Amino acid sequence: MRCSIPGCRSVRAARPVLRFLRDEPFAAVGAAIYAVIVAMAVFAPELAPYDPRAILRDGHRIARYLPISAAHWLGTTAGGHDVLSQLIYGARTALEVGLTAAVAVVAIGTLLGLLAGYLGGWVDKLVTRLADVVLGLPFLPFMLVLAALTAPGVRVVIVSVALLLWPNTARVIRSQVLSLRERAWVEAARVTGCSTGRIMFVHVLPQVLPLAALYGSVAIGWAILAEAAASFLGFGDPDSISWGVMLQNAYANQALGRGAWNWFTPPGLAIVLMVLAGFLISRGSEKLLFPRLAEP
Amino acid sequence: MARLIADRIGHLLLVLWVVTTLTFLLFRLMPGDPTLNFLSPSFTGETRAALLHGFGLDKPIWEQYLIYLGQLLHGNFGQSFLQNAPVSQILWDALPNTVILTLVSLCLAYAFGIVAGAFLAFRRGGLAEAVAIPVALATRAAPEFWLGMLLLALFAFQLGWFPTDGAVSPGGSLGSLGQRLLSGDFWWHLCLPALTLTLFLQGLPLLLMRATMLEVLNDEFIVMARMKGLSRWSIVIRHAARNALLPVVTAFALGLGASVGGNVVIETVFAWPGIGRVLVQAVQGADYPVAQGAFIVIAFVLVVMNTMADLAYALLDPRVSVGARR
Repeated sequence: MRCSIPGCRSVRAARPVLRFLRDEPFAAVGAAIYAVIVAMAVFAPELAPYDPRAILRDGHRIARYLPISAAHWLGTTAGGHDVLSQLIYGARTALEVGLTAAVAVVAIGTLLGLLAGYLGGWVDKLVTRLADVVLGLPFLPFMLVLAALTAPGVRVVIVSVALLLWPNTARVIRSQVLSLRERAWVEAARVTGCSTGRIMFVHVLPQVLPLAALYGSVAIGWAILAEAAASFLGFGDPDSISWGVMLQNAYANQALGRGAWNWFTPPGLAIVLMVLAGFLISRGSEKLLFPRLAEP
Repeated sequence: MARLIADRIGHLLLVLWVVTTLTFLLFRLMPGDPTLNFLSPSFTGETRAALLHGFGLDKPIWEQYLIYLGQLLHGNFGQSFLQNAPVSQILWDALPNTVILTLVSLCLAYAFGIVAGAFLAFRRGGLAEAVAIPVALATRAAPEFWLGMLLLALFAFQLGWFPTDGAVSPGGSLGSLGQRLLSGDFWWHLCLPALTLTLFLQGLPLLLMRATMLEVLNDEFIVMARMKGLSRWSIVIRHAARNALLPVVTAFALGLGASVGGNVVIETVFAWPGIGRVLVQAVQGADYPVAQGAFIVIAFVLVVMNTMADLAYALLDPRVSVGARR
């Protein structure tokens, strides 16, 4: 049976997005940062001046610790790699980890929030209890232990983020659904004989998706920070080229003592910009950063 | 109120039990031979069998689980593989260092954040706001260890003002907790890690204080105070700030719980001998009893502080406490 309730129609996506960007200059800056990083990731082979894995030579010697120059805009690493090229290719890993983890977090958080909010009763209690337990697991230590007991790498980062960071999203989606389920058009759908599942996923879900997407943009940031921390602690994928691995290499090769600022500053700045973009895009970032406190 | 406290404590015990059980399952039911996780592969067959028996690892899993819970209740976390010491002793040596680092940084961060946040709310829409908000957001977006690396490179390596790692100068010893607190060397070593953590933490109280101040300043009782003709400062400090502080106090408790676990990276950058570094080293060295113990202690602190935050909110919220007094 087809219904003609507003929630049914597909959202005309473009217009509200453009209006949002115009009204929220912070969000526009965030979106611009994302655009640059996506471009870096997509056109990495064209943009990067060198192969990021190539060991470059300076005459007969390996080109170690070269300072900033016309040939190497950001200098080279201890292993003779071009820093700029690694930085550009690092955007690929960042997007891969960030997007995968964010989609996973938002999917789990939205589903559980939707079920808890719409069905209520024991489902709601169960989800709330589950969230309390998950909030009692320290994130970084959990990721370390998981990496140690399975295999280090990007997958552990994504799994940890997905398993531990969904409660924030679920909480907000749940309270949103609680108010949506009382609306007249949900009532109308119920009266016209739509099944519970259909009301939840066809009528209510599209209404909370924009909110979920905002949480996703913050989750991208958390995932990238998690990947960086895991790499730094030696539980990343050492063969991948990521900003976190770059920082770990710099730290392990005494770049700090040598004052090789050109090596360890850019990857950190790239992480800051990408995480910041997520914060900026989510409006009212104060509340989003601390949803526990937003609802007394 | 008593019922609320009893309810929260019951809830706390439930979460603690689930977390310890999850830890047990995580460490024992992972793919691969669980005994390999708990016995060093370098042991010979006979010692291995003897140790298995000694550890009770030849018993069925449910019996192991009961023993595990019983030992945890007695504060017994087992014996380290790598160091000749009980896990509880290793953890007790490290925990105070983490607590000192966390408390010092949190207090500095919240003192700064509260004052700066209140100021920004007061001066809404100014240049200070346009600069401070993105900067506060950026420090929250920065990886903690990278902030630490920048400070290390500048203040320790370039300028030589602070030591590069550890908690004591080479040749010195940490000594007891009392000796540590009285030693200038210890505090000197604490400066950079504490500064890093403070930088990372101050964004939250700042943004939170600003947001709640803005909300409170629009509240009816502030309008009332203004109508009574109270001075602007009196309104901000005596009326608005007190009420705006509630969520910040809660955030402090949550922050304390989260930092003890989150300090893992900062302690690694500065080789600070805290519980986070113990965890990292144990995990890297496959010293599973220590890793498990450190994980449980960090989770305990987190869960207890989460409960404290809930209680603090309920106790301090004027709506709740006024209701209770009636």
